[in-house]
Amino acid sequence: MRNLLRFIIRYHFVILFIFFETLSLILVVRNNNFQKARVVTYFQSTAGYIYNKIDILTEYLDLQKANQKLAAENTELKNILQRMYRSDEVFFYSEHDTVYRQHYFYTSARIINNSINKQHNFLTLNKGTGVGIKPEMAVISPEGIVGVVKGVSNRFATVISLLNTDLKISGKFKKNDYYGSLFWDGRDYRKVLFREIPYHVDISLGDTVITSGFSTIFPEGILIGTVYDYEVKGGNFYEITVELSTDFKNLDHVSVVSNLQRQEQLELEQLFDND
Amino acid sequence: MINFLYRNIGRFIVLVLIQVLILNNIQFSGYVNPFMYVLFILLLPFETPNWLIILSGFVSGLTIDLFSNTIGMHAFATVFMAFLRPYVLKIIEPHGGYEPGTFPRLYYFGFTWFLRYSIILVFSHHLFLFYIEVFRFTDFFSTLLRVILSVLFSMVIIILSQYFIFRK
Repeated sequence: MRNLLRFIIRYHFVILFIFFETLSLILVVRNNNFQKARVVTYFQSTAGYIYNKIDILTEYLDLQKANQKLAAENTELKNILQRMYRSDEVFFYSEHDTVYRQHYFYTSARIINNSINKQHNFLTLNKGTGVGIKPEMAVISPEGIVGVVKGVSNRFATVISLLNTDLKISGKFKKNDYYGSLFWDGRDYRKVLFREIPYHVDISLGDTVITSGFSTIFPEGILIGTVYDYEVKGGNFYEITVELSTDFKNLDHVSVVSNLQRQEQLELEQLFDND
Repeated sequence: MINFLYRNIGRFIVLVLIQVLILNNIQFSGYVNPFMYVLFILLLPFETPNWLIILSGFVSGLTIDLFSNTIGMHAFATVFMAFLRPYVLKIIEPHGGYEPGTFPRLYYFGFTWFLRYSIILVFSHHLFLFYIEVFRFTDFFSTLLRVILSVLFSMVIIILSQYFIFRK
């Protein structure tokens, strides 16, 4: 303590100088808009740089998990491919042979920002208009659906997460094709509600729910989740709780799906809506 | 002693008024902006304790800031200048030191001494002031030009004041 006092007395001039210079700098930054903006930008870009580095590191550490996911997805794709070959053969000899058209185009992207604890959750992707991502494209992960692209810049895109009470998507049962709408009630990040399934439909726990393909955004048949619980509500309809197959707390690599025939379909539908 | 105090406070008020009312309204082609109020720090007596120099630097800078709406910038520059003052005085000390009863003025130590003394401090003040005002180094040389021109102009005013206003 005494040494500290002696130190302060000995160097009081320099200490006072540093104190007043710091005080002046704080005053400058707090009271002058230009300087404030410069300092804020500087700190933000520094923080962005550091976050980027951390992200690179964690990506490396997660490589094993990513590999496993990719391998699983690969096997799944191979299975689909096999089936495709067989059905192609049949079409080839059909009289009404049509030219094969690509329907969906996949772009891979990484999630660089994510939240699950709000009512309106959004994700940020590391790709944007630069690689052709536009609003209203679907975002899916190897495990299931993730959300819909909302805003894009040149290099980034924001995605309305399925965990956003504003987003409603159309889903159906894999086993019998009855469809309804799915939305999040803002409570548990692992569960969404599935409504508008009529009472007479036969459902049981563990039934698979997939996308219906009606919305022109999601391709048909993307996994959403499995039935976790159901009850009859309001007489004629079930209220079904679906456990999501996607773990939103553990998202990294996703695919952005663009529907190449969406414009055509919308234009046609518009034509009759206007009547 | 009390007399000194009143004279210094009086000089402070006069310099702030001159700076705020007259010199702040002078801006030659956006480049030259003379700052005469630093004379207050220059003319403080030799016996002033170091902490008081820093404090008066901060107070005078902040006062100008309040009038010209640049909170903190002048204070930053003036505190730096006040910090340098004792070292500059030591470096340019004449043979035999500073006699008691003298003040750091042209009248006592001559033109050359005062020019060296004031130009170092005024330059350091202006350098800090202009760079914190632009707050970036991209236009380094155009800012430096403004600093040099303003130093020249401030020096002319300060030297002239030594002959006409603050003789003794």
